[in-house]
Amino acid sequence: MAKITYIEHDGTEHVVDVKTGLTVMEGAVKNNVPGIDADCGGACACATCHVYVDEAWKDKTGESSAMEESMLDFAENVEPNSRLSCQIKVSDALDGLIVRLPESQH
Amino acid sequence: MSDLGANVVILGAGHAGGTAAALLRQYGHTGPISLIGDEPLAPYQRPPLSKAWLKGEADADSLALKPLEFYAEHQIDFRPNTRAVKLRRSDKVVELSDGSTLTYDILILATGARAIKLPVPGADLAGLLELRTAADAEALKAAVGPGKRLAVVGGGYIGLEVAASGRALGAEVVVIERESRLLARVACEALSSFFRGVHETHGVIFEMGASVTGFVGENGHVTGVTLADGRTLPCDAAVIGVGATPNDELAAESGLDTARGVVVDLEARTSDPSIFAIGDVAHRPMPIYDRMFRMESVPNALEQAKQAASAITGRPAPAGEVPWQWSDQYDLKLQIAGYAFDTDEVLLRGDPASGKFAVFHLKGDQIQSVEAINSPPEFMMGKQLIGNRKSVSKAKLSDLSVSMKEVVA
Repeated sequence: MAKITYIEHDGTEHVVDVKTGLTVMEGAVKNNVPGIDADCGGACACATCHVYVDEAWKDKTGESSAMEESMLDFAENVEPNSRLSCQIKVSDALDGLIVRLPESQH
Repeated sequence: MSDLGANVVILGAGHAGGTAAALLRQYGHTGPISLIGDEPLAPYQRPPLSKAWLKGEADADSLALKPLEFYAEHQIDFRPNTRAVKLRRSDKVVELSDGSTLTYDILILATGARAIKLPVPGADLAGLLELRTAADAEALKAAVGPGKRLAVVGGGYIGLEVAASGRALGAEVVVIERESRLLARVACEALSSFFRGVHETHGVIFEMGASVTGFVGENGHVTGVTLADGRTLPCDAAVIGVGATPNDELAAESGLDTARGVVVDLEARTSDPSIFAIGDVAHRPMPIYDRMFRMESVPNALEQAKQAASAITGRPAPAGEVPWQWSDQYDLKLQIAGYAFDTDEVLLRGDPASGKFAVFHLKGDQIQSVEAINSPPEFMMGKQLIGNRKSVSKAKLSDLSVSMKEVVA
Protein backbone atom coordinates (compact mmCIF):
# COMPACT_ATOMS: atom_id res chain seq x y z
CA MET A 1 0.00 0.00 0.00
CA ALA A 2 1.27 3.48 -0.83
CA LYS A 3 -0.19 6.90 -0.12
CA ILE A 4 -0.20 8.86 -3.36
CA THR A 5 -0.99 12.54 -3.77
CA TYR A 6 -2.49 13.57 -7.09
CA ILE A 7 -2.54 17.33 -7.63
CA GLU A 8 -4.94 18.60 -10.28
CA HIS A 9 -3.90 21.43 -12.58
CA ASP A 10 -5.99 23.88 -10.51
CA GLY A 11 -4.18 22.84 -7.32
CA THR A 12 -6.87 20.51 -5.92
CA GLU A 13 -5.15 17.68 -4.02
CA HIS A 14 -6.38 14.10 -3.81
CA VAL A 15 -4.58 11.82 -1.34
CA VAL A 16 -5.46 8.15 -1.81
CA ASP A 17 -4.16 4.78 -0.67
CA VAL A 18 -3.18 2.64 -3.63
CA LYS A 19 -2.63 -1.10 -3.43
CA THR A 20 0.78 -2.50 -4.29
CA GLY A 21 0.78 -3.95 -7.78
CA LEU A 22 -1.71 -1.47 -9.23
CA THR A 23 -0.39 1.33 -11.38
CA VAL A 24 -0.40 5.02 -10.49
CA MET A 25 -3.03 5.43 -13.25
CA GLU A 26 -5.29 2.76 -11.71
CA GLY A 27 -4.95 4.42 -8.31
CA ALA A 28 -6.45 7.59 -9.79
CA VAL A 29 -9.13 6.03 -11.96
CA LYS A 30 -10.44 3.62 -9.33
CA ASN A 31 -10.70 6.48 -6.83
CA ASN A 32 -12.43 8.83 -9.30
CA VAL A 33 -9.57 11.34 -9.24
CA PRO A 34 -10.35 13.62 -12.19
CA GLY A 35 -7.67 14.58 -14.68
CA ILE A 36 -6.37 11.14 -15.65
CA ASP A 37 -8.48 9.78 -18.50
CA ALA A 38 -6.62 6.54 -19.29
CA ASP A 39 -8.76 5.84 -22.33
CA CYS A 40 -6.99 2.58 -23.17
CA GLY A 41 -7.10 1.20 -19.64
CA GLY A 42 -3.34 0.88 -19.29
CA ALA A 43 -2.25 -0.59 -22.63
CA CYS A 44 0.23 2.24 -23.27
CA ALA A 45 -1.80 3.04 -26.39
CA CYS A 46 -3.25 6.49 -25.83
CA ALA A 47 -1.11 8.84 -23.67
CA THR A 48 -4.14 10.12 -21.74
CA CYS A 49 -2.73 9.27 -18.29
CA HIS A 50 0.10 11.80 -18.50
CA VAL A 51 1.47 13.03 -15.14
CA TYR A 52 4.42 15.08 -13.89
CA VAL A 53 6.36 13.15 -11.27
CA ASP A 54 7.57 15.27 -8.37
CA GLU A 55 11.33 15.78 -8.73
CA ALA A 56 12.06 14.06 -5.41
CA TRP A 57 10.42 10.86 -6.75
CA LYS A 58 11.87 10.74 -10.25
CA ASP A 59 14.45 8.06 -9.50
CA LYS A 60 12.11 5.83 -7.50
CA THR A 61 9.51 5.67 -10.26
CA GLY A 62 12.05 4.12 -12.62
CA GLU A 63 12.86 4.52 -16.29
CA SER A 64 10.25 4.77 -19.00
CA SER A 65 10.28 2.22 -21.82
CA ALA A 66 10.99 3.11 -25.43
CA MET A 67 7.27 2.71 -26.22
CA GLU A 68 6.31 5.10 -23.41
CA GLU A 69 8.98 7.65 -24.42
CA SER A 70 7.77 7.56 -27.93
CA MET A 71 4.09 8.06 -26.94
CA LEU A 72 5.03 10.92 -24.59
CA ASP A 73 7.04 12.63 -27.28
CA PHE A 74 3.76 13.48 -29.02
CA ALA A 75 1.62 14.31 -26.00
CA GLU A 76 0.78 17.92 -25.07
CA ASN A 77 2.88 19.99 -22.64
CA VAL A 78 5.54 17.36 -22.04
CA GLU A 79 8.25 18.14 -19.46
CA PRO A 80 11.41 16.25 -18.49
CA ASN A 81 9.52 14.74 -15.52
CA SER A 82 6.55 13.62 -17.64
CA ARG A 83 5.47 9.99 -17.38
CA LEU A 84 2.52 7.85 -18.44
CA SER A 85 1.06 6.86 -15.09
CA CYS A 86 -0.14 3.48 -16.43
CA GLN A 87 3.51 2.49 -16.70
CA ILE A 88 4.40 3.24 -13.06
CA LYS A 89 3.79 0.22 -10.79
CA VAL A 90 2.96 1.03 -7.19
CA SER A 91 5.15 -0.50 -4.49
CA ASP A 92 5.84 0.30 -0.84
CA ALA A 93 8.83 2.30 -2.04
CA LEU A 94 6.41 4.80 -3.61
CA ASP A 95 4.63 5.57 -0.31
CA GLY A 96 4.30 9.36 -0.30
CA LEU A 97 4.59 9.80 -4.07
CA ILE A 98 3.40 13.12 -5.46
CA VAL A 99 2.29 13.53 -9.06
CA ARG A 100 0.86 16.62 -10.75
CA LEU A 101 -1.69 16.45 -13.55
CA PRO A 102 -1.60 18.42 -16.80
CA GLU A 103 -4.36 20.84 -17.74
CA SER A 104 -5.78 18.40 -20.27
CA GLN A 105 -5.09 14.87 -21.51
CA HIS A 106 -6.34 15.53 -25.04
CA MET B 1 -31.52 23.58 -19.31
CA SER B 2 -29.60 21.24 -17.11
CA ASP B 3 -30.97 20.08 -13.80
CA LEU B 4 -28.28 18.65 -11.53
CA GLY B 5 -31.01 17.06 -9.43
CA ALA B 6 -32.65 15.16 -12.31
CA ASN B 7 -33.37 11.46 -11.88
CA VAL B 8 -31.03 9.66 -14.31
CA VAL B 9 -31.49 6.01 -15.29
CA ILE B 10 -28.69 4.32 -17.25
CA LEU B 11 -29.57 1.09 -19.06
CA GLY B 12 -26.44 -0.97 -19.62
CA ALA B 13 -23.48 -1.21 -17.24
CA GLY B 14 -20.65 -1.66 -19.70
CA HIS B 15 -17.79 0.69 -20.39
CA ALA B 16 -20.12 3.42 -21.68
CA GLY B 17 -22.80 3.18 -18.97
CA GLY B 18 -20.32 2.84 -16.12
CA THR B 19 -18.28 5.79 -17.34
CA ALA B 20 -21.38 7.95 -17.78
CA ALA B 21 -22.42 7.27 -14.16
CA ALA B 22 -18.97 8.14 -12.80
CA LEU B 23 -18.66 11.27 -14.97
CA LEU B 24 -22.10 12.54 -13.92
CA ARG B 25 -20.95 12.48 -10.28
CA GLN B 26 -17.57 13.99 -11.23
CA TYR B 27 -19.40 16.79 -13.06
CA GLY B 28 -21.51 17.57 -9.99
CA HIS B 29 -24.76 15.76 -10.67
CA THR B 30 -26.60 15.43 -7.34
CA GLY B 31 -29.84 13.70 -8.37
CA PRO B 32 -30.45 9.95 -8.27
CA ILE B 33 -28.49 7.76 -10.68
CA SER B 34 -29.51 4.15 -11.38
CA LEU B 35 -27.19 1.88 -13.34
CA ILE B 36 -28.88 -1.24 -14.67
CA GLY B 37 -26.70 -4.08 -15.99
CA ASP B 38 -27.61 -7.59 -17.15
CA GLU B 39 -24.26 -9.11 -16.11
CA PRO B 40 -23.35 -10.10 -12.54
CA LEU B 41 -20.30 -7.81 -12.54
CA ALA B 42 -20.02 -4.07 -12.05
CA PRO B 43 -18.69 -2.22 -15.13
CA TYR B 44 -15.37 -3.63 -16.31
CA GLN B 45 -12.96 -3.33 -19.23
CA ARG B 46 -13.67 -5.72 -22.06
CA PRO B 47 -10.50 -5.28 -24.17
CA PRO B 48 -8.26 -7.36 -21.85
CA LEU B 49 -10.70 -10.32 -22.12
CA SER B 50 -9.14 -11.41 -25.41
CA LYS B 51 -5.62 -10.49 -24.32
CA ALA B 52 -4.07 -10.15 -20.85
CA TRP B 53 -7.05 -11.68 -19.02
CA LEU B 54 -7.22 -14.72 -21.25
CA LYS B 55 -3.53 -15.32 -20.66
CA GLY B 56 -3.99 -15.01 -16.89
CA GLU B 57 -2.11 -11.71 -16.64
CA ALA B 58 -5.08 -9.76 -15.28
CA ASP B 59 -7.72 -10.58 -12.64
CA ALA B 60 -11.33 -9.51 -12.05
CA ASP B 61 -10.25 -6.67 -9.74
CA SER B 62 -7.92 -5.20 -12.30
CA LEU B 63 -10.64 -5.40 -14.97
CA ALA B 64 -13.17 -3.44 -12.89
CA LEU B 65 -13.59 0.20 -13.95
CA LYS B 66 -14.18 1.14 -10.30
CA PRO B 67 -14.15 -0.86 -7.07
CA LEU B 68 -17.62 -2.17 -6.20
CA GLU B 69 -17.92 0.12 -3.16
CA PHE B 70 -17.50 3.12 -5.47
CA TYR B 71 -21.14 2.89 -6.53
CA ALA B 72 -22.58 2.99 -3.01
CA GLU B 73 -20.12 5.68 -1.93
CA HIS B 74 -21.27 7.87 -4.80
CA GLN B 75 -24.98 7.12 -4.40
CA ILE B 76 -25.17 5.23 -7.66
CA ASP B 77 -27.85 2.55 -7.45
CA PHE B 78 -26.09 -0.24 -9.35
CA ARG B 79 -28.32 -3.23 -10.10
CA PRO B 80 -26.59 -6.29 -11.58
CA ASN B 81 -28.34 -9.21 -13.31
CA THR B 82 -31.16 -6.93 -14.40
CA ARG B 83 -32.26 -5.82 -17.83
CA ALA B 84 -34.88 -3.47 -19.14
CA VAL B 85 -37.71 -5.22 -20.94
CA LYS B 86 -39.83 -2.26 -21.96
CA LEU B 87 -39.45 1.46 -22.38
CA ARG B 88 -42.65 3.54 -21.90
CA ARG B 89 -41.66 6.97 -23.11
CA SER B 90 -45.11 8.50 -22.66
CA ASP B 91 -44.87 8.29 -18.85
CA LYS B 92 -41.03 8.04 -18.64
CA VAL B 93 -41.00 4.57 -17.15
CA VAL B 94 -38.70 1.60 -17.71
CA GLU B 95 -39.97 -1.90 -16.94
CA LEU B 96 -37.23 -4.20 -15.63
CA SER B 97 -36.73 -7.96 -15.87
CA ASP B 98 -37.29 -8.40 -12.10
CA GLY B 99 -40.83 -7.05 -12.49
CA SER B 100 -40.08 -3.66 -10.98
CA THR B 101 -40.32 -0.31 -12.73
CA LEU B 102 -38.17 2.79 -12.66
CA THR B 103 -39.22 6.30 -13.54
CA TYR B 104 -36.72 8.70 -15.06
CA ASP B 105 -36.27 12.34 -15.96
CA ILE B 106 -33.33 11.42 -18.18
CA LEU B 107 -32.59 8.02 -19.65
CA ILE B 108 -29.25 6.89 -21.07
CA LEU B 109 -29.31 3.87 -23.36
CA ALA B 110 -25.95 2.10 -23.11
CA THR B 111 -27.18 -1.35 -24.05
CA GLY B 112 -24.21 -2.18 -26.27
CA ALA B 113 -24.10 -4.83 -28.96
CA ARG B 114 -24.25 -8.60 -29.02
CA ALA B 115 -22.25 -11.15 -30.97
CA ILE B 116 -23.82 -12.31 -34.22
CA LYS B 117 -24.65 -16.02 -34.21
CA LEU B 118 -24.04 -18.22 -37.24
CA PRO B 119 -27.35 -19.52 -38.60
CA VAL B 120 -26.01 -23.01 -39.31
CA PRO B 121 -26.78 -26.54 -38.04
CA GLY B 122 -25.05 -27.41 -34.78
CA ALA B 123 -24.77 -23.79 -33.66
CA ASP B 124 -26.30 -24.72 -30.28
CA LEU B 125 -23.61 -27.28 -29.35
CA ALA B 126 -21.66 -26.83 -26.14
CA GLY B 127 -18.12 -25.63 -26.77
CA LEU B 128 -19.26 -22.99 -29.24
CA LEU B 129 -18.17 -19.77 -27.67
CA GLU B 130 -18.31 -16.07 -28.29
CA LEU B 131 -16.38 -13.30 -26.61
CA ARG B 132 -18.29 -10.30 -25.32
CA THR B 133 -18.43 -10.79 -21.56
CA ALA B 134 -16.26 -11.90 -18.67
CA ALA B 135 -18.40 -15.06 -18.45
CA ASP B 136 -17.65 -15.78 -22.14
CA ALA B 137 -13.96 -15.26 -21.45
CA GLU B 138 -14.11 -17.59 -18.46
CA ALA B 139 -15.59 -20.33 -20.65
CA LEU B 140 -12.97 -19.74 -23.32
CA LYS B 141 -10.13 -19.81 -20.80
CA ALA B 142 -11.37 -23.18 -19.58
CA ALA B 143 -11.48 -24.48 -23.14
CA VAL B 144 -7.96 -23.58 -24.24
CA GLY B 145 -4.70 -25.05 -23.05
CA PRO B 146 -1.81 -27.18 -24.22
CA GLY B 147 -2.87 -29.63 -26.92
CA LYS B 148 -6.45 -28.36 -27.14
CA ARG B 149 -7.70 -27.64 -30.64
CA LEU B 150 -9.38 -24.26 -31.01
CA ALA B 151 -11.25 -23.21 -34.14
CA VAL B 152 -11.72 -19.47 -34.55
CA VAL B 153 -14.47 -18.49 -36.97
CA GLY B 154 -13.82 -14.97 -38.26
CA GLY B 155 -10.47 -13.33 -38.98
CA GLY B 156 -11.25 -9.94 -37.46
CA TYR B 157 -9.59 -8.32 -34.45
CA ILE B 158 -11.39 -10.44 -31.84
CA GLY B 159 -10.59 -13.62 -33.74
CA LEU B 160 -6.93 -12.74 -34.19
CA GLU B 161 -6.47 -11.67 -30.57
CA VAL B 162 -8.05 -14.92 -29.42
CA ALA B 163 -5.79 -16.83 -31.83
CA ALA B 164 -2.69 -15.12 -30.40
CA SER B 165 -3.76 -15.74 -26.79
CA GLY B 166 -4.72 -19.34 -27.67
CA ARG B 167 -1.24 -19.98 -29.07
CA ALA B 168 0.35 -18.37 -26.01
CA LEU B 169 -1.60 -20.90 -23.90
CA GLY B 170 -0.39 -23.79 -26.04
CA ALA B 171 -3.55 -24.56 -28.00
CA GLU B 172 -3.59 -25.54 -31.67
CA VAL B 173 -5.43 -22.78 -33.48
CA VAL B 174 -7.12 -22.68 -36.88
CA VAL B 175 -8.70 -19.43 -38.09
CA ILE B 176 -11.53 -19.76 -40.60
CA GLU B 177 -12.26 -16.64 -42.64
CA ARG B 178 -14.93 -16.21 -45.30
CA GLU B 179 -13.08 -13.47 -47.17
CA SER B 180 -9.83 -13.99 -49.07
CA ARG B 181 -7.90 -11.88 -46.56
CA LEU B 182 -7.90 -11.16 -42.83
CA LEU B 183 -9.44 -8.01 -41.35
CA ALA B 184 -11.10 -7.50 -44.72
CA ARG B 185 -13.69 -5.03 -43.47
CA VAL B 186 -11.39 -2.91 -41.37
CA ALA B 187 -7.80 -2.91 -42.61
CA CYS B 188 -5.87 -2.50 -45.84
CA GLU B 189 -4.27 -5.33 -47.78
CA ALA B 190 -0.72 -4.62 -46.56
CA LEU B 191 -1.86 -4.96 -42.97
CA SER B 192 -3.90 -8.10 -43.71
CA SER B 193 -0.94 -9.94 -45.18
CA PHE B 194 1.39 -8.69 -42.46
CA PHE B 195 -0.87 -10.07 -39.72
CA ARG B 196 -1.32 -13.34 -41.54
CA GLY B 197 2.45 -13.77 -41.77
CA VAL B 198 2.95 -13.01 -38.07
CA HIS B 199 0.26 -15.47 -37.01
CA GLU B 200 1.63 -18.16 -39.30
CA THR B 201 5.08 -17.68 -37.77
CA HIS B 202 3.42 -18.37 -34.41
CA GLY B 203 1.85 -21.55 -35.74
CA VAL B 204 -1.72 -20.45 -36.49
CA ILE B 205 -3.32 -22.28 -39.44
CA PHE B 206 -5.55 -20.27 -41.79
CA GLU B 207 -8.50 -21.41 -43.90
CA MET B 208 -9.20 -18.44 -46.15
CA GLY B 209 -12.21 -18.00 -48.39
CA ALA B 210 -13.87 -20.74 -46.36
CA SER B 211 -17.57 -20.75 -45.41
CA VAL B 212 -18.71 -22.55 -42.29
CA THR B 213 -21.75 -24.70 -43.11
CA GLY B 214 -22.22 -26.23 -39.68
CA PHE B 215 -20.80 -27.80 -36.55
CA VAL B 216 -20.72 -31.46 -35.64
CA GLY B 217 -20.58 -32.85 -32.13
CA GLU B 218 -20.70 -35.82 -29.81
CA ASN B 219 -22.81 -35.96 -26.64
CA GLY B 220 -23.90 -32.39 -27.25
CA HIS B 221 -20.36 -31.01 -27.41
CA VAL B 222 -18.70 -29.65 -30.56
CA THR B 223 -16.05 -31.88 -32.17
CA GLY B 224 -15.65 -30.23 -35.55
CA VAL B 225 -16.42 -27.41 -37.96
CA THR B 226 -17.76 -28.32 -41.40
CA LEU B 227 -16.83 -26.17 -44.39
CA ALA B 228 -18.58 -25.60 -47.70
CA ASP B 229 -15.90 -27.65 -49.51
CA GLY B 230 -17.03 -30.70 -47.52
CA ARG B 231 -14.15 -30.93 -45.09
CA THR B 232 -14.63 -31.16 -41.34
CA LEU B 233 -11.93 -29.55 -39.19
CA PRO B 234 -11.71 -31.25 -35.78
CA CYS B 235 -11.83 -29.00 -32.73
CA ASP B 236 -12.42 -29.10 -28.96
CA ALA B 237 -13.95 -25.65 -28.93
CA ALA B 238 -14.83 -22.94 -31.43
CA VAL B 239 -14.97 -19.19 -30.97
CA ILE B 240 -17.34 -17.28 -33.23
CA GLY B 241 -16.11 -13.76 -33.93
CA VAL B 242 -18.08 -12.64 -36.96
CA GLY B 243 -19.23 -9.25 -35.80
CA ALA B 244 -21.85 -7.73 -33.53
CA THR B 245 -25.29 -6.23 -33.84
CA PRO B 246 -26.58 -3.32 -31.71
CA ASN B 247 -29.05 -3.96 -28.88
CA ASP B 248 -31.41 -1.28 -30.17
CA GLU B 249 -34.70 -3.20 -29.97
CA LEU B 250 -35.92 -1.44 -26.81
CA ALA B 251 -35.38 1.90 -28.51
CA ALA B 252 -36.95 0.86 -31.80
CA GLU B 253 -40.02 -0.62 -30.11
CA SER B 254 -40.57 2.62 -28.22
CA GLY B 255 -40.48 4.60 -31.46
CA LEU B 256 -37.05 6.23 -31.22
CA ASP B 257 -35.23 6.79 -34.52
CA THR B 258 -32.94 3.85 -35.23
CA ALA B 259 -30.72 2.94 -38.19
CA ARG B 260 -28.73 -0.13 -37.18
CA GLY B 261 -28.19 1.63 -33.89
CA VAL B 262 -30.01 4.40 -32.06
CA VAL B 263 -29.71 7.66 -33.97
CA VAL B 264 -28.18 10.47 -31.87
CA ASP B 265 -26.85 14.00 -32.34
CA LEU B 266 -23.49 15.50 -31.30
CA GLU B 267 -24.64 15.57 -27.65
CA ALA B 268 -25.51 11.84 -27.86
CA ARG B 269 -29.19 12.81 -27.61
CA THR B 270 -31.79 10.67 -29.39
CA SER B 271 -34.94 11.82 -31.17
CA ASP B 272 -36.50 12.05 -27.68
CA PRO B 273 -34.82 14.98 -25.84
CA SER B 274 -35.02 13.11 -22.49
CA ILE B 275 -33.14 10.10 -23.85
CA PHE B 276 -29.46 9.69 -24.73
CA ALA B 277 -27.74 6.73 -26.40
CA ILE B 278 -24.01 6.05 -26.04
CA GLY B 279 -21.39 3.47 -26.97
CA ASP B 280 -21.81 0.46 -29.25
CA VAL B 281 -25.57 0.97 -29.57
CA ALA B 282 -25.41 4.53 -30.92
CA HIS B 283 -25.48 5.58 -34.56
CA ARG B 284 -23.72 8.91 -34.25
CA PRO B 285 -22.49 11.84 -36.32
CA MET B 286 -18.76 12.11 -37.00
CA PRO B 287 -18.20 15.63 -38.38
CA ILE B 288 -14.63 15.14 -39.63
CA TYR B 289 -15.96 12.53 -42.07
CA ASP B 290 -19.25 14.33 -42.68
CA ARG B 291 -21.33 11.21 -42.07
CA MET B 292 -23.01 9.11 -39.40
CA PHE B 293 -22.05 5.62 -38.34
CA ARG B 294 -21.84 3.22 -35.43
CA MET B 295 -18.55 2.33 -33.77
CA GLU B 296 -17.58 -0.50 -31.45
CA SER B 297 -14.63 0.75 -29.44
CA VAL B 298 -13.72 1.85 -25.94
CA PRO B 299 -12.62 5.35 -27.01
CA ASN B 300 -16.04 5.79 -28.63
CA ALA B 301 -17.83 4.62 -25.48
CA LEU B 302 -15.80 7.06 -23.37
CA GLU B 303 -16.30 9.94 -25.76
CA GLN B 304 -20.05 9.54 -25.90
CA ALA B 305 -20.28 9.06 -22.13
CA LYS B 306 -18.53 12.45 -21.92
CA GLN B 307 -20.92 14.00 -24.45
CA ALA B 308 -24.01 12.80 -22.60
CA ALA B 309 -22.71 13.64 -19.10
CA SER B 310 -21.68 17.11 -20.31
CA ALA B 311 -25.08 17.79 -21.88
CA ILE B 312 -26.95 16.54 -18.80
CA THR B 313 -24.91 18.66 -16.37
CA GLY B 314 -24.82 21.76 -18.56
CA ARG B 315 -21.12 21.63 -19.36
CA PRO B 316 -19.77 22.64 -22.76
CA ALA B 317 -19.58 19.70 -25.15
CA PRO B 318 -16.16 18.01 -25.36
CA ALA B 319 -14.07 19.05 -28.39
CA GLY B 320 -14.62 16.91 -31.49
CA GLU B 321 -12.49 13.78 -31.35
CA VAL B 322 -10.61 11.62 -33.82
CA PRO B 323 -11.88 8.06 -33.40
CA TRP B 324 -9.19 5.52 -32.62
CA GLN B 325 -8.70 1.97 -31.42
CA TRP B 326 -5.96 -0.50 -30.69
CA SER B 327 -5.17 -4.19 -30.75
CA ASP B 328 -2.40 -6.22 -29.10
CA GLN B 329 -1.27 -9.50 -30.65
CA TYR B 330 1.95 -11.25 -29.60
CA ASP B 331 4.48 -8.43 -29.20
CA LEU B 332 2.71 -6.22 -31.71
CA LYS B 333 0.85 -3.08 -30.81
CA LEU B 334 -1.54 -1.93 -33.51
CA GLN B 335 -2.93 1.57 -33.11
CA ILE B 336 -5.48 2.89 -35.57
CA ALA B 337 -6.68 6.47 -35.84
CA GLY B 338 -9.56 7.55 -38.06
CA TYR B 339 -11.44 5.66 -40.75
CA ALA B 340 -10.41 5.26 -44.38
CA PHE B 341 -13.45 7.04 -45.87
CA ASP B 342 -13.26 8.62 -49.35
CA THR B 343 -9.55 7.88 -49.74
CA ASP B 344 -7.64 7.92 -53.01
CA GLU B 345 -4.18 6.76 -51.94
CA VAL B 346 -2.55 4.33 -49.56
CA LEU B 347 0.95 5.26 -48.44
CA LEU B 348 3.38 3.00 -46.61
CA ARG B 349 5.91 4.40 -44.14
CA GLY B 350 8.56 1.94 -42.99
CA ASP B 351 9.15 -1.69 -43.91
CA PRO B 352 6.63 -4.33 -42.77
CA ALA B 353 9.49 -6.86 -42.65
CA SER B 354 10.98 -4.82 -39.78
CA GLY B 355 7.81 -5.36 -37.71
CA LYS B 356 7.46 -1.60 -37.39
CA PHE B 357 5.56 0.40 -40.00
CA ALA B 358 2.50 2.52 -40.65
CA VAL B 359 -0.08 2.70 -43.40
CA PHE B 360 -1.59 6.09 -44.15
CA HIS B 361 -4.87 6.47 -46.04
CA LEU B 362 -5.03 9.79 -47.85
CA LYS B 363 -7.70 11.92 -49.45
CA GLY B 364 -5.72 14.32 -51.62
CA ASP B 365 -2.97 15.50 -49.29
CA GLN B 366 -4.93 15.02 -46.08
CA ILE B 367 -4.71 11.98 -43.82
CA GLN B 368 -8.05 10.20 -43.28
CA SER B 369 -6.69 7.31 -41.23
CA VAL B 370 -3.48 5.64 -40.09
CA GLU B 371 -2.78 2.06 -39.05
CA ALA B 372 0.45 1.96 -37.05
CA ILE B 373 2.29 -1.20 -36.01
CA ASN B 374 4.71 -0.65 -33.11
CA SER B 375 4.92 2.96 -34.32
CA PRO B 376 3.58 5.39 -31.68
CA PRO B 377 4.90 8.56 -33.41
CA GLU B 378 3.04 7.71 -36.62
CA PHE B 379 -0.12 7.03 -34.61
CA MET B 380 0.09 10.08 -32.34
CA MET B 381 1.05 12.58 -35.06
CA GLY B 382 -1.26 10.94 -37.60
CA LYS B 383 -4.18 11.28 -35.17
CA GLN B 384 -3.41 14.99 -34.69
CA LEU B 385 -3.20 15.56 -38.45
CA ILE B 386 -6.51 13.77 -39.05
CA GLY B 387 -8.08 16.11 -36.51
CA ASN B 388 -6.58 19.40 -37.67
CA ARG B 389 -6.90 18.58 -41.41
CA LYS B 390 -3.42 19.94 -42.22
CA SER B 391 -1.98 19.02 -45.61
CA VAL B 392 0.98 16.67 -45.55
CA SER B 393 3.86 16.15 -47.95
CA LYS B 394 3.58 12.62 -49.34
CA ALA B 395 7.32 12.57 -50.05
CA LYS B 396 8.13 13.39 -46.42
CA LEU B 397 5.48 11.05 -45.05
CA SER B 398 6.91 8.05 -46.90
CA ASP B 399 10.49 8.93 -45.93
CA LEU B 400 11.43 7.38 -42.57
CA SER B 401 14.38 9.76 -42.24
CA VAL B 402 11.94 12.67 -41.92
CA SER B 403 10.49 12.94 -38.41
CA MET B 404 6.70 12.74 -38.06
CA LYS B 405 6.90 16.24 -36.57
CA GLU B 406 8.04 17.55 -39.98
CA VAL B 407 5.65 15.88 -42.42
CA VAL B 408 3.26 18.82 -42.73
CA ALA B 409 3.49 20.26 -46.26
